[in-house]
Amino acid sequence: MTASFDPPLEHAPVSRLNGRTAFIVVMLATLALLPVYTTLTGDSFVMTLFTRVLILALGAVSLNLIMGYGGMVSFGHAAYLGIGGYAVGILAKEGIGSGFVQWPVAIAVSALYALVVGVLSLRTRGVYFIMITLAFAQMIYYVAIGLERYGGDDGLTIYQRSGFGGLIDLNNKTVFYYLCFALLMAGIYLVSRLINSRFGLVIRGTRSNERRMRAIGFPTFRYKLVCFVIAGALCGLAGALLANHTSFISPALMHWTRSGDLIVMVVLGGLGSLFGPLIGAVAFLLLEEVLSRVTEYPDLILGPVLLLVAIYLHGGIEGLLQWRRHD
Amino acid sequence: MLYFIEQCLNGVQLGMLLFLLAAGLTLVFGIMDLVNLAHGSLYMLGAYFAATFAILTGSFVAALVLAVAASLVAGMVLEVVAIRRLYGRSHLDHVLGTFGLLLFFNELVRLIWGPAGMTLPLPPQMLSAVEIIPGIYYPMYRLVIILATVAVAALLYLMVMRTRIGMLIRAGAANREMVAALGVNINLLYTLVFGLGAALAGFAGVMQAPILTVQIGMGENILILAFVVIIIGGIGSIRGAFVASLIVGLIDTLGRAFLPDMLHLALSTNAAATLGPALSSMSIYMLMAAVLIFRPEGLFPAASR
Amino acid sequence: MMRRAIAAAAALALVAGPAMAQQKTVKIGFVSTFSGPTAAIGNDMRNAFELGLDHLGRKLGGLPVEVVYEDDQQKPEVGVQKTRKLIESDKVDFISGYIWSNVLLASLKTLVDSKTMTVDANAGASPLSGALCSPYVFSISWNNDQTPSAMGLYMNQKGVKTAFLIGPNYAAGKDMLAGLKLTYKGQIVGEEYTRWPDQLDFSAELSKARAAKPDAIYVFYPGGAGVQFITQYVQAGLKGQIPLYTVFTIDELSLPRLKDLAVGIPGAQEWVNDLPNEANKKFVADYIAKYKSRPSFYGAQSYDAVSLINSAVTAVKGDLTDKEGMRKEMEKANFKSVRGNFKFGNNHIPIQNFYLQDVVKEGDDYVLKTVATIVKDDQDRFHDQCPMKLGQ
Repeated sequence: MTASFDPPLEHAPVSRLNGRTAFIVVMLATLALLPVYTTLTGDSFVMTLFTRVLILALGAVSLNLIMGYGGMVSFGHAAYLGIGGYAVGILAKEGIGSGFVQWPVAIAVSALYALVVGVLSLRTRGVYFIMITLAFAQMIYYVAIGLERYGGDDGLTIYQRSGFGGLIDLNNKTVFYYLCFALLMAGIYLVSRLINSRFGLVIRGTRSNERRMRAIGFPTFRYKLVCFVIAGALCGLAGALLANHTSFISPALMHWTRSGDLIVMVVLGGLGSLFGPLIGAVAFLLLEEVLSRVTEYPDLILGPVLLLVAIYLHGGIEGLLQWRRHD
Repeated sequence: MLYFIEQCLNGVQLGMLLFLLAAGLTLVFGIMDLVNLAHGSLYMLGAYFAATFAILTGSFVAALVLAVAASLVAGMVLEVVAIRRLYGRSHLDHVLGTFGLLLFFNELVRLIWGPAGMTLPLPPQMLSAVEIIPGIYYPMYRLVIILATVAVAALLYLMVMRTRIGMLIRAGAANREMVAALGVNINLLYTLVFGLGAALAGFAGVMQAPILTVQIGMGENILILAFVVIIIGGIGSIRGAFVASLIVGLIDTLGRAFLPDMLHLALSTNAAATLGPALSSMSIYMLMAAVLIFRPEGLFPAASR
Repeated sequence: MMRRAIAAAAALALVAGPAMAQQKTVKIGFVSTFSGPTAAIGNDMRNAFELGLDHLGRKLGGLPVEVVYEDDQQKPEVGVQKTRKLIESDKVDFISGYIWSNVLLASLKTLVDSKTMTVDANAGASPLSGALCSPYVFSISWNNDQTPSAMGLYMNQKGVKTAFLIGPNYAAGKDMLAGLKLTYKGQIVGEEYTRWPDQLDFSAELSKARAAKPDAIYVFYPGGAGVQFITQYVQAGLKGQIPLYTVFTIDELSLPRLKDLAVGIPGAQEWVNDLPNEANKKFVADYIAKYKSRPSFYGAQSYDAVSLINSAVTAVKGDLTDKEGMRKEMEKANFKSVRGNFKFGNNHIPIQNFYLQDVVKEGDDYVLKTVATIVKDDQDRFHDQCPMKLGQ
């Protein structure tokens, strides 16, 4: 049984002046100007909501790297959000409040866990890969539950945001928002450079036909592993941001349904496209918010929407924007 | 020692409930190659149906029968309306689509039955304990669960091994294309298999309801265990699902029962109570990871493909 | 989500881009559990809260009231999200509710940082009584060690020499078992913690208890878990063999489901429905008349929360920005509580009586009755870890 999906090559990120580009530009502009709106109207909740969107989008971008471009469907990606978050939380509780220590640790531990998981899992493929990544995520979820000292299931309150010693004050909501925005853009830029490099070509080629790539002489396992580790590290950073944002971290963040949410965001936005994960994150979270205000039963609509997307929209929302219908 | 036997019985009981879920899941996966995250929803629906029928009829047994029938119908309807459009798609599409169904069903149940959950009361005869071995009292109803689920497992085995339909199911699990090529009405077969899975899941939901729960989202935790079971057992293999369910049920129950005590030697009671269940849950996933690494086709693979 | 039309209006206002400056309405956010097996508790609290507002003509200190109810789904991470939403999006003046200690603890930083006046209507997490006390947070219930300590005293009175303890492994569960040990003088022959909230199968713990042969079993299982535990306790044949002493496990919500199973199992509480003061008689009678069921202590506490908030708004004559003024008034506990009048400790936790309740069958009905007063004017033991002083 092989992972049997083939997002068409048209989804390769080429810059074209068309509806899709215009949409992305408008979206980025709106996001960039959001704090202005917030200051004018005094509605800080919108900024809280969109900060969360940006952070989860970063997580989705990292998942898209391995899933959209690399064809590795990981059902355990939320684990890295948790690892990054707990790195910040645990260090904070133990008295280490400096972001200069917390964030590198978050990234490093996430990368390390991704390395271990990758080495053990990347030999498998298809549904087996999905299940084994799920298994590793559940394992770390249960480790977090077992950490009595750090709250276990009750979670851990983080009393101080990461300190950067006067360089930048994360307690300022606007500053924090722009930091998340900047990091998200940096993440997307990183992915775009990776994808358009020789490394990226090997990765994308491996997704289409691994045997062929190996026949050409590429050690595909190693390439996939590196890709996997980078994705894990990037998501760990998102986890550190999330812990700062909510001032609270709990094992629930790593539950498999949260990994499912990330997958939904990536697919919704369009697999294997640069800005797709951001579109997907915005769509998913906005849909949640709007639906829950409009109706008492939001999932009655959201559920079937996801089903219909799975059945009809192969390219996700971005595919829709390009006015393509597949199969 | 007596306590250990009691815990083993509990482990078997959990294993049997898992088997009912895993059997349906592995058949659907093996024959239709479909990853169904909404399988837990069918388990939930079974429990809710039974709670409602129990109120209407006043009888536990009637409620059980009606609920299983209703689950069968619900499963078949779901297959025709939604599931069959996902056949042949990537597993990612399956995950996305059935995740949407999972959300939908949780909300639908909340709409119809309200958010608070329900109870399914036991018939009064089952409210006592049976002294199965001198000194060991085991709640009567749990014995009933074990016996009933083993009976259903036996029936399933008979059906799969000794009937024509069963033969088609086994053939479909081993080689789907061949069965279709031989002119069997594949659509009907698929609908029936899915319905069968739904009925088994519904039955499991009903049986656990009086001692555990009837509430929204109740399928999610056990669903993931069921997936672990079918991976360990081998996708498409009922025998594998049976063995793996027992293994998983025993590990989980014995782990929860004995690990805290063992840890208590080194840790505080609270910490041991926190870490114990966590470790036993982890061990199940470690087992699955080990199987995937060393023997990915599972303990009892269905057949060649 | 259990919103009222009022909340939808508030939401529309958000979408429309709002600057609702001088609103002369008191907005209250109420975080509780409205889904899952413990939804009955949230509903009871909401019913009682609404009744309290009705009794005041739906005005607090003369100002009209809006309440936004949010569902924490019994999860700390959801509770803190909803708390944030109430504060940042709905801009509430007061927050009340909070059944679960872990949900409250998770939300505490958000409440305190935003300086939102909070009336905790149930959760009794010990850190709140001690180091994490805040001038903005009041508890209208108790601290988690008070009720079990009262039960410990009672068990001593009854001559219980050995006890086996069972409880859920979360903030309140640990507090409840630790609280017993403060006063209980007998020997503890076993202590078991179960996974919370999804472990509803207590056969393992009951077997261990049976094997230890204690004089009594002491247990804490709120909500639906309490029903499960008592049912399994009876099913295992233990009733009549080993007596059971409970806290927060049997209440007016679980009684209709337990019926005969609960008869003769005592519990400790700071409020029982038959307490003879005027406020309580009115509360219980009107609650039964309006909702056709009996209120539980969760409801009694929520009803008192309304009275406390009312006293605050009245004292500052509707100027909700005067948080100092409101705080000082609230510290006086200047209202008629349904549990009888009480005082606040320096940590904003009540100093109050605890009663023994027992389950009695009256005709076809099962009721909780006060049997005795176990202890008067009991104060929690964490208050000196809190640096606050009353009236300052």
